[in-house]
Amino acid sequence: MSADARAATPPAAATPPVTGPRTWPLWEVFVRGKRGLSHVHVGSLHAPDATMALRNARDVYTRRQEGVSIWVVAARDITASSPEERDSFFDPAADKVYRHPTFYDVPEDVEYL
Amino acid sequence: MYGNDFGPTAQASGTDADTPPGPDEPLNAAEAGIFDDLIEAEQRIEPRDAMPDSYRQTLVRQIAQHAHSEIIGMQPEGNWITRAPSLRRKAILMAKVQDEAGHGLYLYSAAETLGVDREELLDRLHTGRQRYSSIFNYPTLTWADCGAIGWLVDGAAIMNQVPLCRCSYGPYARAMIRICKEESFHQRQGFEILWTLMRGTEKQQAMAQDAADRWWWPALMMFGPPDTGEAAQGGGHTQQSMAWGIKRFANDDLRQKFVDMMVPQAERLGIVLPDPELRWNAERGHYDFGPIDWEEFWRVLKGDGPCNAERIAHRVQAHDEGAWVREAATAYAVKQASREAVA
Amino acid sequence: MGGPTVATNLLAAQYIQGLADDALVYAQRLGEWVSRAPQIEEDMALANIGLDLLGQARALLTRVGELDGSGRSEDDLAYLRDEREFRNVHLLEQEVAGFGFEMARLLWFASYQWELYAGLRTSVDEVVAGVAAKALKEVTYHRDHATQWVLRLGDGTAESHERMQQALVDVEPYVTELFDDDPASVAAAESGVGVLPSSLEDAVRARVSAVVEEATVALPESARWRSRGGRDGVHSRPMGYLLAEMQHIARSNPGAQW
Repeated sequence: MSADARAATPPAAATPPVTGPRTWPLWEVFVRGKRGLSHVHVGSLHAPDATMALRNARDVYTRRQEGVSIWVVAARDITASSPEERDSFFDPAADKVYRHPTFYDVPEDVEYL
Repeated sequence: MYGNDFGPTAQASGTDADTPPGPDEPLNAAEAGIFDDLIEAEQRIEPRDAMPDSYRQTLVRQIAQHAHSEIIGMQPEGNWITRAPSLRRKAILMAKVQDEAGHGLYLYSAAETLGVDREELLDRLHTGRQRYSSIFNYPTLTWADCGAIGWLVDGAAIMNQVPLCRCSYGPYARAMIRICKEESFHQRQGFEILWTLMRGTEKQQAMAQDAADRWWWPALMMFGPPDTGEAAQGGGHTQQSMAWGIKRFANDDLRQKFVDMMVPQAERLGIVLPDPELRWNAERGHYDFGPIDWEEFWRVLKGDGPCNAERIAHRVQAHDEGAWVREAATAYAVKQASREAVA
Repeated sequence: MGGPTVATNLLAAQYIQGLADDALVYAQRLGEWVSRAPQIEEDMALANIGLDLLGQARALLTRVGELDGSGRSEDDLAYLRDEREFRNVHLLEQEVAGFGFEMARLLWFASYQWELYAGLRTSVDEVVAGVAAKALKEVTYHRDHATQWVLRLGDGTAESHERMQQALVDVEPYVTELFDDDPASVAAAESGVGVLPSSLEDAVRARVSAVVEEATVALPESARWRSRGGRDGVHSRPMGYLLAEMQHIARSNPGAQW
């Protein structure tokens, strides 16, 4: 299961073992497309450990020169905000319009402002 | 590569064949309102959003079957990597089949955001509880089949897949954008194979025509049986999927669009499509085409196609023979972790 | 200094053909893995390695056709030569025999190719030098991939340990041939086109030994027999079948374009 899905599992439900004989853990993959850009999440894959996850990520997600750098993160290590927190996390920012430069009225003929 | 040719047993029930459809775990009013508003506003649903169980189940099934189609779809062409008649073709084919593996992985990754494990999905494929595109139950008899698959099967798949780039479920839509971008070379290389054959020897031309004869009708079946209007069997599922923004066009509409696109291409290739009733209908502004043999479709879908058993056996064998390798890597990871903990 | 003689060019072509055939034949075997790997991620990795080798083979075969004066294309050389005219070593023509065998074979071959291409970067043949510089990066990855897997299989479960050990035994008879100095190699080394195979042996063996030791398995004693003669066109049973499969469409359509 992905980090997203795992975190959404209700506490009552049994969490399947992340590492077992049948299955390799899931890793989330982030790729820097080119110098100057941030790493961006591109998907996930399965690998037995971080070393192999990085190599698999190279083979699966950068076949067409999509990247110059890769991060892999074990999906189980990601902590994500939940939809229940959405209102309290993100809505309070909505009325802080004074954080944006367009909020301010300045004379049009002042340069470099 | 992926069609809509999975059949109604899985399509109509809203869950996989092995899990009896249960009533939706109802969302509370606030959650349901948020979900409906997002769908209404053509916003994306993301993994941790509250969503109706049947929406989740429909997506898990559809994305998984799509992923399975990519993985099983490696076989008909993979079969020709060692026999490709030039080194350039060998390289193209190997890269193409590799793409299909990659696309399978992107899709399993999308499905896993819905709370299922890839291992479980593969298990459902291996035990016949989830299907893959029925088109892959047909054999690849000659080199020209690699051309016909690229041109017709990838062509049909792209028609099916492009609308999914706007699917309401974010991870699926993102995977599809990546897949469609990468697949744009697949259809072109297929066309190029046929183009070269049709400009080659008589034997090569006959090979290309034979492949087109065999793949044309199965390609039309890839859009699935009629799912709207009088001809629809069952029906309700398509409507629901459309309302949810998982499906954007009716099967027959996509099929018509495909025929309209392919007829001029066939003419350009010099290939005669195997349908005596195929002709331009000025009134409709579309090509008319003959009746599709849905009996054959159902027969192949239910397991009695030339390659159904072979495809699954090949896949299961690879998986079973790899078990000791996967176990070894897990064991090594555990040892390494404990060594690092000690160090 | 005069230009190279026809005879020198022919020997150089023979040497390069050995490198090209190694890459081509192994790409052919790796192509068989696609859709059969232990995990889908590994299908992708093996296809990538196969594609790299195929690219090396194509560039080198094209060079062979230029040097030997025959004007043959990469496809003429790949599809229209008979078994006795192929100059690859036996290791690479052996049938696919499980993932352990494949990783043992890849570890040996990629380690050998790494030393080889490192040396060929300064080849007096500019095409060969160019291919080597590019291929060295590819082979670094192949060698790492094989290393990672040999570690995991050797030091994984009891079963995988035993299988990896057996794979090293199975591969052993084919290893020494990589370092045989055939006449074309000797000539190529002298003219500066190539490197002497025997000069690579110590570095390759040291590299593989280190990996094998870390993987808690052991290199076997030398086998009682060892393969010989691939560079002279003397091959083992699987080679004819490999070529039959690879060549039959091109051969049954003489002169056709694809």
